[in-house]
Amino acid sequence: MTDQTPLIEVKNLTMAYGDFIIQKDITFSVIKGSILTIMGESGCGKSTLLRHLTGLKSPAAGNIFFSGTDFWHCSHKTQVQLLQRCGVLYQSGALWSSMSIGENIALPLRQFTKLSQDEIHDLVELKLALVGLKGFSDYLPAAISGGMRKRAGLARAIALDPDILFFDEPSAGLDPISSSMLDDLILELRDSLGATVIIVTHELPSIFALADDSIFLDTESRTMLATGDPKILATESDSIKVRKFLSRNSSSFKNGAHSS
Amino acid sequence: MNKECSLTTSQEDNILCLRFSGSWTIRDKQCQQLDLNKILLGKIQGLTFNTTDLTKWDSRMLVTLVNVIQTANAKSIPVHEEGLPAGIRNLLQLTRKKVLTPPQNRTNNAGFFTFIGLQSSIFVKQVLQHLAFTGKIFLSYMRFYSGQARFLKRDLSYFLFDCGPKALPIVTLIAFLVGFTLAFIGAVQLQMFGADIFVANLVGLTMVREMGPMMAAIIMAGRTGAAFAAQLGTMQVNEEIDALQTMGLNPFDFLVLPRMTALVIMMPMLAVWADLVGILGGFFIGVFSLDISPNLYFQQTVKAIHLNHFMVGIIKSFFFGYIIAFCGCLKGMSCGRSADAVGKSTTSAVVSSIVFIVIADALFTFFFNLIGI
Repeated sequence: MTDQTPLIEVKNLTMAYGDFIIQKDITFSVIKGSILTIMGESGCGKSTLLRHLTGLKSPAAGNIFFSGTDFWHCSHKTQVQLLQRCGVLYQSGALWSSMSIGENIALPLRQFTKLSQDEIHDLVELKLALVGLKGFSDYLPAAISGGMRKRAGLARAIALDPDILFFDEPSAGLDPISSSMLDDLILELRDSLGATVIIVTHELPSIFALADDSIFLDTESRTMLATGDPKILATESDSIKVRKFLSRNSSSFKNGAHSS
Repeated sequence: MNKECSLTTSQEDNILCLRFSGSWTIRDKQCQQLDLNKILLGKIQGLTFNTTDLTKWDSRMLVTLVNVIQTANAKSIPVHEEGLPAGIRNLLQLTRKKVLTPPQNRTNNAGFFTFIGLQSSIFVKQVLQHLAFTGKIFLSYMRFYSGQARFLKRDLSYFLFDCGPKALPIVTLIAFLVGFTLAFIGAVQLQMFGADIFVANLVGLTMVREMGPMMAAIIMAGRTGAAFAAQLGTMQVNEEIDALQTMGLNPFDFLVLPRMTALVIMMPMLAVWADLVGILGGFFIGVFSLDISPNLYFQQTVKAIHLNHFMVGIIKSFFFGYIIAFCGCLKGMSCGRSADAVGKSTTSAVVSSIVFIVIADALFTFFFNLIGI
């Protein structure tokens, strides 16, 4: 993991819904095998940025490169190939509710590989065991708890052994213990799969536990305020807003942000 | 203990003092309101508060204070809050803090012409959306025929079963009653001419050409079209469709294709079944109420209906199936991301499919009339 070549590069990205610009001029890169967190206040466009990175929404301007390939300016076939290198864990898990947990994980394997039923079955069991859900294969998503659904979603995200993993607020709605267990799981999976991880979150414990690198999106200036290791940013960032975000200093944060 | 709340004023050197006393909570009786505009007139150069007799307060008092302070501010009268309890002062401070500014709502306070313009642009957008959806369906079927479409065979068989056999009981009931009613109404009129036997023609032709396909379609719009919209809408809310897309699976092939195929295959079959059951309903009236012999009724029906008439019904119901699946899937796939949006898209799927079915039916009737079938 000492390879310093960027796996994902975002250049001058502008995101907009119609005329409404959410964020502009976002530029950053993610080094292979590292964990990047996308931070910012609620509503600053973190999840929208994730939708751009996972091919759900096209940028208003700018480019996104996956190992040098411009995602939004290449053929549909290449896009699908690139997407298959990615795994995404959605905020709610987004398991397909009409299928059992096992079938959810098996679906990408059935569609994109030529493995036999037995091999797929074994793989599903393995992925479930990796996320600590051994024996839950026949349960429907509605029958398990929120935390378990996230784990099952994670098992599905890693079904095709992706080299890029995206997480949309993994700890949202989880108690502190479950969420720190999920953080540990993310770290272990990163280390063992050698994956590159991008996490959208505003949970400070997760940010400090996981991130090698981070970017901070600002609602007011509609652009990126800072980039770097959050542990360093917390004390040394040029932006008072970033320092306060990372030290959870909300009262002075608001005063600082709105002083005239 | 709880004294009734009261608000009195006193004035000294052009400084108005508002004296709050008693208990000011939302559970207390209504207390007298001051006409602020009258009190804060002209010469007053300052506003102070006295709360030494205040026993209890909550947001009731806060609301009153906010009004007073706003009125005073509007008249540029300086307000001295020192006399208020510290808790209230803090809360007032909090209400004044501008944390977030809501984005400008462009449709708010729009004039009549803006409204017309917005509505027309929404209409144009919807037309374009329908066209785009048709194009996507076409492309999806191209992939289906070239064997590139990825979907679950299990889904297809599930929807075939759901749109066919599972819908039979309700289609049977409705079609039987429609045939029954047609025969009853027809019989009353035809009896006047002694032409009872032509009830068989009336029921047979109406069921096969019009009512069979139409009733089956309306039932399926309410039953299956709504279900499609609700299923896809909920998947949209739960990010399940996003999950398919990021996995490189085309949600269109995966979700719309099996639903549409199943309904288009099953709709003509349901229509033919509805035709037959409707004729049976008419037969029931003819034989038991008009005393036509069963054999004669049967002969007369067979004489009245040609294969062409069946074909008219079958062609129609094929298109009705397409319309229902189209509306259901379109509304589901374009659903917003809230529970409310799912409800709206379900309703709109049913309404628009019924509207389109009736329009299509009228066009077909006109067209078949033109070519003389």
